[in-house]
Amino acid sequence: MSGCDGCPAKSASVRRTGEAAPHTRTVAIIGPPNSGKSTLFNALTGLRQKVANFPGVTVEHRIGRISLSRGQEIDLVDLPGVYSLTPVSEDEQVTHDVLLGRMAGIERPDAILLVVDSTNLARHLTLAAPILSLRVPTMVLLNLGDELRRRGGVVNTEALARQMGAPVALISAARGEGLEAVLEFLTGTLAVPAPVDLPVVHDLPCCREWAGRMGERASYRAPAPPVWTRRLDGIFLHPVRGPLTLGLVVMLVFQAIFSWARPLMDLVQWSVHASGERLESALPESVLRSLLLEGVWGGVGSVVVFLPQILILFLFVTLLEDSGYMSRAALIADRTMAKVGLQGKSFIPLLSAHACAVPAILATRTIENRRDRIATILIMPFMTCSARLPVYTLIIAAFLPERALLGPLLGTRAAALLGLYLLGYLAAFTTARLLKSSVLKSEATPFVMELPPYRWPTLKTVALTLWDRAAVFLRRAGTIILLVAIVLWALAHLPLQDGRMPPLEESLAGTMGRTIEPLIQPLGFNWKIGVGLISSLAAREIIVSTLGTLYGIEGDPESRGLQAALQRDLNLGGAVALLVFFAFAMQCMSTLATVRRETGGWRWPAFQFLYMSGLAYGGALAANHIVRLVVA
Amino acid sequence: MLQMAFNRNHKKSRRSSPCQGRRKLCELRIGEQGILESIDLPGPAGRRLMELGFLPGSLVTAACQAPGGDPLVFGVDGSQVALRRETAAFLTIRGEAPAGD
Repeated sequence: MSGCDGCPAKSASVRRTGEAAPHTRTVAIIGPPNSGKSTLFNALTGLRQKVANFPGVTVEHRIGRISLSRGQEIDLVDLPGVYSLTPVSEDEQVTHDVLLGRMAGIERPDAILLVVDSTNLARHLTLAAPILSLRVPTMVLLNLGDELRRRGGVVNTEALARQMGAPVALISAARGEGLEAVLEFLTGTLAVPAPVDLPVVHDLPCCREWAGRMGERASYRAPAPPVWTRRLDGIFLHPVRGPLTLGLVVMLVFQAIFSWARPLMDLVQWSVHASGERLESALPESVLRSLLLEGVWGGVGSVVVFLPQILILFLFVTLLEDSGYMSRAALIADRTMAKVGLQGKSFIPLLSAHACAVPAILATRTIENRRDRIATILIMPFMTCSARLPVYTLIIAAFLPERALLGPLLGTRAAALLGLYLLGYLAAFTTARLLKSSVLKSEATPFVMELPPYRWPTLKTVALTLWDRAAVFLRRAGTIILLVAIVLWALAHLPLQDGRMPPLEESLAGTMGRTIEPLIQPLGFNWKIGVGLISSLAAREIIVSTLGTLYGIEGDPESRGLQAALQRDLNLGGAVALLVFFAFAMQCMSTLATVRRETGGWRWPAFQFLYMSGLAYGGALAANHIVRLVVA
Repeated sequence: MLQMAFNRNHKKSRRSSPCQGRRKLCELRIGEQGILESIDLPGPAGRRLMELGFLPGSLVTAACQAPGGDPLVFGVDGSQVALRRETAAFLTIRGEAPAGD
């Protein structure tokens, strides 16, 4: 059961003969940020990987398995990128503990793969000193070898190996060069490294000096500076062209989410609809058919349609991150962040919150100042996450006709979506300002960020990210959304009246909706939207599946029908109010649970829930009345 | 265009940098270089800067700046690191040392 055909694991295993004792080795990958650790991890493990959390701490790591013939298996652990092993931040603490075998739930690694950037060898080798002193078998991988060669750098790996007292290889993880040597090391006999005159490992200047000496002895010639990075920064950080480019990039992303995703969404919609029809004709009229068609197809189907949009969003986020543009965007945004009392470091978690707030909240651990960190966590759910997309696009498409605004660059619908994102920022930044000038006031913390050279993202990393996201989305659709859809279907069909299903209004779901109707009527919502709001407390996109189920019961099983039904049931004021409500409300159990874990109690998540709910209600109320005044 | 400006400033600083004494890192103009003397930031922040290459004695170049003039981007020990002006004010440099200084 080895990986894919042509996978380096296979070819390497052929070479190994005669060795016995198949057992699973644990191997840790470690290296400074931007050294290409994750690319190497992806190249070695492919699809056989998962994201995991260490017990008790918030640091994420990935585990993957490499299978070789003869039953030998290797568990590869991708640790967070660190500059040193001195436990200052949580990342470094975790890396330190894992390498020493002090982390519960994970074995002390049998070997370490130390990945460093060969184009900046002397500085990156500084990390080699503390790693080699651990006396764990280690291989030093000089990554980005192709870039080193292209820019005219050289290094003598054999000489370096002698100095390190450990195997050294020049590789290019992105191109798959040199991976055979890695597999040979992993499967061969492991030896404890014996480096030459190791310095005091906690003395940074000493380690840096040692690393420089190691480079000299390996006849290291640093490559020419990256010309393209300078040229591109000349554009992207230009006082005028820089912010302009950033604006264009953002517009492109929104337009793509709306226009490019459309054909794909139509395709998914058509498949859901067609399979539903086949099912309807294949099954006899029964409770089961009703459950499948109205509950599962109507509910889950209406959410699955949004998969293409979410993948396009993640495609852009990954491309921007892997190419190095994201840190330039953070740089441009830093001044704005400073104005609301936060730092540029909060910007990257905030950007990734556009995908999902949960990983974004985990990413705030790089912010050393605790008060800054809590403030960032608290405003995170205002960022428009991908779960809001289905709700936004459904309502916008139902109420706003598509017209070109800036030629093919921006249409009315994309502009409306952009407006909702801006509304999210406005709420986030106002809240941050309020918090930072009151309960979370603190001294300014220094902003330090490395700008990596621009690089082409690798196809494999992008594909794996998208695959991972699709899997997460479909798993949600298949578990929590399916469950809520089925419960809702049951609530909509009970209690039985004389052995028959009740009219929707008199069902349990209908009763629930009508109970809260007086509360939400001022917002312009009817009781069906009310049922949707209650069910979306678990996760935002569930309102779409709920409405899908409710209107499906009325005999309109597809999402286009859902648009028509919404146009019938909501006036413009109610529609805008619903958008505003979703922009502000805290409807996500997983986010609340994550905030509780990260802030160490219920105080902050409770505050966040009440604050955001109040803002959502007030905002929606105001929106409904303003729109009605304007329209009337 | 920025590239050209970069080269021009660079040459100028070589020819006629008036200040060879100690000054703050944030006072470096784009294209100028200096030798880092000290970091007056306590605790983790100072250590993080050192990990990124800001060690006493290392050569720091003011590479470029964000639109609006803040933060600044410095070339140090083979990589580019962005710092806000307020942070760079805690780092002291000597003007680029000519031979025999």
